[in-house]
Amino acid sequence: MPEKNVAMALNDLLLQKKSDILDRWRDQVFASYAPETVRFLRSQKDRFANPIAYQLNRGLTGILEVFLEEAEAEQIMGHLDEVIRLKAIQEASPSRALAFLFLLKTIIREELAPQANDPAFAAELSELESRLDGLALLGFDVFMQRRERLHEVRVSEIKRKVGALLRRLGMGDEFFEEPSGEE
Amino acid sequence: MAKLPTPAELIQINYQMPSKGWMDLKAEMRPGYYVNAAAPKWMQMIDYPFPRAWNVADEDWQLPEDWKERVLQGMEDRLQRFRSLKLFFDICVRCGACADKCHFFLGTGDPKNMPVLRAELLRSVYRRYFKTAGKLLGELAGARDLTDDVIKEWFYYLYQCTICRRCSVFCPYGIDMAEMTILGRELLASVGINIDWALASVAQCYDKGSHIGATPQAFKDMVDFLAEENERITGITTPCPVNRKGAEILFVVPSGDYFADPGSYTFMGYLLLFKYLDLDFTMSTYAAEGGNFGWFISHEMGKRLNAKIYEEAKRLKVKWILGGECGHMWRVCNQYMPTWWGPIDFLEEPVSPITGTKFENAKVHKMVHISEFTADLFKHGKLKVDPQRNAHIKLTFHDSCNTSRGMGIFEEPRYIINQVLPEGHFFEMPPNTIREKTFCCGSSSGINANENMDIRMLGGLPRANAVKYVHEKYGVNHLGCICALDRATLPTLLQYWVPEVEITGITELVGNALVFDDEIERTTDLRDRPLAGFEEADEEEGAE
Repeated sequence: MPEKNVAMALNDLLLQKKSDILDRWRDQVFASYAPETVRFLRSQKDRFANPIAYQLNRGLTGILEVFLEEAEAEQIMGHLDEVIRLKAIQEASPSRALAFLFLLKTIIREELAPQANDPAFAAELSELESRLDGLALLGFDVFMQRRERLHEVRVSEIKRKVGALLRRLGMGDEFFEEPSGEE
Repeated sequence: MAKLPTPAELIQINYQMPSKGWMDLKAEMRPGYYVNAAAPKWMQMIDYPFPRAWNVADEDWQLPEDWKERVLQGMEDRLQRFRSLKLFFDICVRCGACADKCHFFLGTGDPKNMPVLRAELLRSVYRRYFKTAGKLLGELAGARDLTDDVIKEWFYYLYQCTICRRCSVFCPYGIDMAEMTILGRELLASVGINIDWALASVAQCYDKGSHIGATPQAFKDMVDFLAEENERITGITTPCPVNRKGAEILFVVPSGDYFADPGSYTFMGYLLLFKYLDLDFTMSTYAAEGGNFGWFISHEMGKRLNAKIYEEAKRLKVKWILGGECGHMWRVCNQYMPTWWGPIDFLEEPVSPITGTKFENAKVHKMVHISEFTADLFKHGKLKVDPQRNAHIKLTFHDSCNTSRGMGIFEEPRYIINQVLPEGHFFEMPPNTIREKTFCCGSSSGINANENMDIRMLGGLPRANAVKYVHEKYGVNHLGCICALDRATLPTLLQYWVPEVEITGITELVGNALVFDDEIERTTDLRDRPLAGFEEADEEEGAE
């Protein structure tokens, strides 16, 4: 079963490089902020004093762990959401909000440069890139969920603003389907 | 032929220093980040200058012809009137201690939200027109011309400041960004630039008496309804006297407490507490709004809307004033009201009729915060409570900027919480996110509109991030606060970031826990949610 051996070798290789990959990925995601901000994001280690870095770090780590099969695939939406719930309101467009996922593709390709031209890895590399594409597509789902959530909470706030009045009019229950707590 | 961008190009990854300085980077008016321009009708209602229909996204903001002279004259007037402003402009050494303390910077990562730079947006114009070095050397001396782009930038960033003053806590000189923001907003208003959300609230309050524009009849109807709700749930009649002359105490609340959820449950708590004490109080249909959006846009408008509180206290011949759970109302009443209208010789120094405690801290302005009042009652053992009625609640407490950082109310709400919650149900957020270092809700100071949700969620991220921590670590499911704007905006913030956590006022928890001799069996809290131990009964009822 030579193919499987190659696949395992490639995954092992990426696992060995996990820390480098994560560092480069995080650095590139940080680098899209203004230079003054990048310095701050990198230097402030307190998670409460630096919520952007904490949120991004938590999400990027989780995504990478699922991608490298260290964690269950079911967890991917939650990890994507950690990053995208921030990017969906920080960035002016979906392309900017989701670009971070495509950065991973370039980084992995560069990290695997010595293997990239080896025909023995061709099938596995192709499969790897397909999974990265899948990851990006799931990112679009999460992005849309987040933008919709933003609109839901807006409507919910408008209702709450006159919430007691609506109850006074006997219109409480049917008007008060709050956005669900499910993530 | 141009090529399509790569992902890295799309997000402008750039490891170099920017080629342009901050002065040359024009502010981009991003939808979701700004509040709409004020409709002319609101401006006309309060005699504000240059009412006109315009859009923030427009290139031309239709400024009056002499806008520049007006702004510079306005700045000069304020420099003479407020020595503090001149001091704040001159004294900053740009040490950067405040830079990473603003919740809007921490949420957006936009350097112009660093307080030092936000102040510099105003300061650079001050240097150019009022300082010799700036007049001669221009940009070399950190000065720049006042252009319409500068006006747009002021608008964009001065309305991305919630006047919370967290930055001031860290400034070695105590420079007060909040004062600068208010004065900057005044300058904008002088050339007809205002936000709709704040002006609609101000105009309606001026016209009808409350931010939401409710009539006195609607006010009365709502407080009666909430009293009926109390009776339905507790079996206790909790009448709310209105416009009753000769009462000992005038009770003033923000309108959010009787129109909005979850503030309405806090209001029910007030009425239960007063009934328990048999308190000699009245509310007023004229002073039906304790909140003051006027103060968010100018000192003058703050004063205009505030006038009714003392006027009504005088007319109703009360002895002193009790304020509900509100943040900015509290700051206005403590820090500004006695200066605007004092000396207040027609009221008495507040004394609790139940405990005899003299509220010496309220000697000048004659107004006591409900948390001070209630904490004193507990201290003297005057309230019988059953904390188990709050057993379904695991709470953390959000120090509202105005009551805590502004006024030093740190211990009273915590003291009350520990009386009305079962032991082990209260959990503090990390020290650098509470008390004087508390993170703002991100939506205060008149920007809790519906069209700027993106920036509100980002401004509130540091707060939500700390709430998420105690939720994940201790299973916290409620965030308590003593501010009506918090009760209006934090549910929205948390539904986005930490939807498992709900918002509650502290007097709502008191209302849940108070034990009356003649009450009916309590199976739900004031929100009709089953108490611990009664969940099954609730499910059976639901199944029928």
